[in-house]
Amino acid sequence: MKALISPQQRRAKIYARIFVTASFAILGLSFLVLILLFADLLTKGLPRLSMAFLTSFPSRFADQAGILSAWVGSLCIVILCLLFAIPVGIGAAVYLEEYMNKSWYANQIEISLGNLAGVPSIIYGLMALGFFVYQLGLGHSVLTAGLTLSLLVLPIVIVSARESLRSVPDNLKEAAYALGASKLQMIRHHQLPYAQSGIFTGVILSLSRALGETAPLLTIGALTFIAFLPQTPIQPDFPFVNFNWLMDPFTVLPIQLFNWTSRPQAEFHQNAAAASLILVTLTVLLNLTAIILRNRSRRKYQW
Amino acid sequence: MVMQPSTSLLLKIEDLSVYYDKTQALKNITLSVRANGITALMGPSGCGKSTFLRAINRMHQLYDSIKLTGSIRLESHDIDLLAHDTPVEWVRTHIGMVFQKPNPFPKTIFENVAYGLRVQGVKNKNELEGKVQKALESAGLWKEAKDRLQKNAFTLSGGQQQRLCIARALAPEPEVLLMDEPTSALDPVSTQVIEELVMSLCEETSIMLVTHNMHQARRISNDVAFLYLGELLESGTTEQVFGDPKHETTRSYLLGSIG
Repeated sequence: MKALISPQQRRAKIYARIFVTASFAILGLSFLVLILLFADLLTKGLPRLSMAFLTSFPSRFADQAGILSAWVGSLCIVILCLLFAIPVGIGAAVYLEEYMNKSWYANQIEISLGNLAGVPSIIYGLMALGFFVYQLGLGHSVLTAGLTLSLLVLPIVIVSARESLRSVPDNLKEAAYALGASKLQMIRHHQLPYAQSGIFTGVILSLSRALGETAPLLTIGALTFIAFLPQTPIQPDFPFVNFNWLMDPFTVLPIQLFNWTSRPQAEFHQNAAAASLILVTLTVLLNLTAIILRNRSRRKYQW
Repeated sequence: MVMQPSTSLLLKIEDLSVYYDKTQALKNITLSVRANGITALMGPSGCGKSTFLRAINRMHQLYDSIKLTGSIRLESHDIDLLAHDTPVEWVRTHIGMVFQKPNPFPKTIFENVAYGLRVQGVKNKNELEGKVQKALESAGLWKEAKDRLQKNAFTLSGGQQQRLCIARALAPEPEVLLMDEPTSALDPVSTQVIEELVMSLCEETSIMLVTHNMHQARRISNDVAFLYLGELLESGTTEQVFGDPKHETTRSYLLGSIG
C-alpha cells in the first residue's frame, strides 16, 4: 500500500509522540515527589495533630508545645500584607498601563519591576530593618512584618495586574470611550472588572509567597518563642476597636517550623511535621478562597 | 434612499490632516456634510476612510503617535470638535460610533445600552428603562431582546450584537452616528437587516458610514465622498458621483478596475 504520509510527516509524528511521553513522564515525576513529601509529612505529623496543638503556645516540652501564636501571627501578617499590597499594586499597575507616557523613564521602571521580583527576600528584610524598624520606629512588630512582605510581593502583584489590564481588548475600551466615558470611568467600569480574574491570579501567587517567607521576617526580628497572642482588636470600652495588635511582637509558622527542625530531639521534628501540615493546609485554604473569587469573576465577564 | 436629507449643514470639515508618526494618512480634507442623510465614505482599503471617521469623534486622541490638524465644525452648536477647549466627552456624547466588529461589553444587554446614559450620570430607573427601550426599538432589537434584557450580551448572535451596538450608540441620542464598515463582519442576511435599519435611522440622526463596498454605498447613501490614498478625490450626491464621476480614478474604482 502506498504511504499516505511522507517520511518527514511520519518522523514529525514520532517526535510528537516522544515529546508528549516525555512531558507526561516529567509531570508524573514531579507529582510523585510531591506525593511522597506529603505522605512523609502525614505519617510523621498526623499523630501529633490535635486541637491542643492548635491552641497551645510553644513550650520547651515537645509534647506540650503548640502553634497557636504561629498560625495567628501568620494569618495576621498575610492579611495585613495583602491589605497593603493589593491596592498599591493595582494602583501602580493602572498608572503604569493607562496613564504613564511611554518614555525612557517608563522603560527603566519596567526593567526595575522585573528585577525587583527576583531580588532575594533577605534584601527586603535588611531594607525593612533599616527603614521600618529604625527609621520609622515601628519596632519588631506585626505591622513591620506586614509592610515588609507587602513590599516583597508588590512586584508580583503589579506585573500580573498590568498583564491582565493589558489583555482587555482595545475594541472594548474604544467602545466605552466612544460613548463619552472618561478615562477613569473606562477603567472603573470596564478595564478593572474585566481584568479582575487575572489580578486575582497574581494575588494568589503572592499569597503563597508571603505565607512561606522566613528570611526577611527573621531579619526584622521575629521571635521564635512567643507565649502570647497579639492584643485583640476589639475591646469592651469606647471606641471598641484598637490597633495595638499592630505593634505587638510576632512569630509565623515557617519560623516556628525552622526553630523546631533545628533542635536535636526527634519529638520536636514531629512537631515540625505537624506544623508543616497546618502551613500547607492554610496555604491551600487561602488559595482556594482566592481561586473561588477568581472563577466567580471569570464567569461574570467572559467574551 | 428613504428620504431626502435637509439642506442644512451638519459638519464643515476644513483642511483636516492626520499623521501616524511621520506618515500622513489623511491629506487636507475639506468637506461639507448635510444633516439628516446618509453620507458614505468609500474607497479602497488603506485610503484613509476609517481614519477620517475616527477623527470626527476624536478616537485618535487615545493613541499618542497620531496627530491631527485642521477643524471639524458641528454646525448645530457652532463648535469646533477638534478644538482643545471642546471636551472630548462632549464630542462623543453628541457623536456616536458603531465599530466594524460587534463589540458589546461583557455585561447584560440592558447595561450595554444604558452605559452611554450612565456615564452622563443618569440614575433614574424609569428614565433609563424608557431610553433603553427606545434605543432598542430604533435598532430593531426590542422584540428579540425584551425578555432577556438581563442576559449577557454575548448570548446574542453576531448580527444581533451589531444591532445592540447600534442601540448602545443611539441611547444618548447623538446628532451624528459614525459607522465604520458596520456590516463587514456579518453574513448577507444580517447585512441586509442592518442596511434597512441604517436607512430608517436617518430620520432621527445623521449618519456617516464607511464602506469599501460601493454597492452598499449606492444602495443606502444620499451623499458620497470618495477617498483615495489619503485624499478626497470627489464628493457629491450619490446619483452624481455614481452617474457621472468627475475624476478618472473614481470612475475606474466604480468600474471595478481598481479596488
